[in-house]
Amino acid sequence: MTAATAHGAAVEPAESPLTPESWGKLGMWIFLAGDAVGFGTLLAGYGAMRATSADWPNPYEVLGINLTALMTFLLICSSVTMVKALEWLSRGDKNRAKMFLLFTAVGGTIFVSLQAYEWTHLIHRGLHINGNPWGASLFGTSFFLVTGFHGLHVTAGVIYLLATIGVVSRRRQPMASYNFVEITGLYWHFVDLVWIMVFTFMYLL
Amino acid sequence: MAEHKHPNYMAIFYYLAILTAIELGVIFLPISKVIIAVLLCVFAVWKAALVAMYFMHLKLETRTLGLIAVTPLVIATLLVFVLLPDGFAVAKKTSDDKKVAAPAAAKH
Repeated sequence: MTAATAHGAAVEPAESPLTPESWGKLGMWIFLAGDAVGFGTLLAGYGAMRATSADWPNPYEVLGINLTALMTFLLICSSVTMVKALEWLSRGDKNRAKMFLLFTAVGGTIFVSLQAYEWTHLIHRGLHINGNPWGASLFGTSFFLVTGFHGLHVTAGVIYLLATIGVVSRRRQPMASYNFVEITGLYWHFVDLVWIMVFTFMYLL
Repeated sequence: MAEHKHPNYMAIFYYLAILTAIELGVIFLPISKVIIAVLLCVFAVWKAALVAMYFMHLKLETRTLGLIAVTPLVIATLLVFVLLPDGFAVAKKTSDDKKVAAPAAAKH
């Protein structure tokens, strides 16, 4: 999508009746709806496994929530830098917008790094995908599957953000449209939204 | 003005931060586990709605786009009901096993 819009305003997507700005935004929303069903299935499966298990460990005692609370806060902050980037673009300040997009990408990178640290720590303590010292072996399976699937989304989001910064850089000033940045933002906020759910259902409950 | 079109993002940020802090506090409250679970679900959906409405600008979009966004929520809720019979089946089997085990233990 970013490659197609990179050539300039001439190939800007046409107006859609559903989203006044572009078809691209509608496309992203449909993709996100599908992706949300994917996450919904994983979380519902998690709930079913947990409800039918007699020896499910207490997540917040095993996993610890201090680091993850920090990660949640970090992701919320990166959502704010994302909307700030859009705000600067709407005021025609490309450089500030790029800076805030970069902040967002850095926030995502720190998030994935902290997750890697958390995983390493938990694996050393014995939490494996096929078993753990605290109880039901499916606890580890579901933990790595759901947080891993989300981490993959964050990683993809960081690459997406960096590509978006590249496209913003190549566009001439003033930009005819910054719709593609808003679409990137939709994906990024979705990743934040999913983490809010994952944090609640897998760590706090 | 550009500010007129955008929601107040910082207010939403503080809102989300405060809700997260409340969530962290709720799990240590000396109340029933069920009430804690319900409260956590409410806060999670509340926060997700804030992100979707203001950061993803769903509040400013058309109603049809909103319906697309709500669809996965409906499907996920239905999925929970689809999975419920599984949960009941396991619970019944566990209690049946106990009934079989209890008379056997009483004979000794």
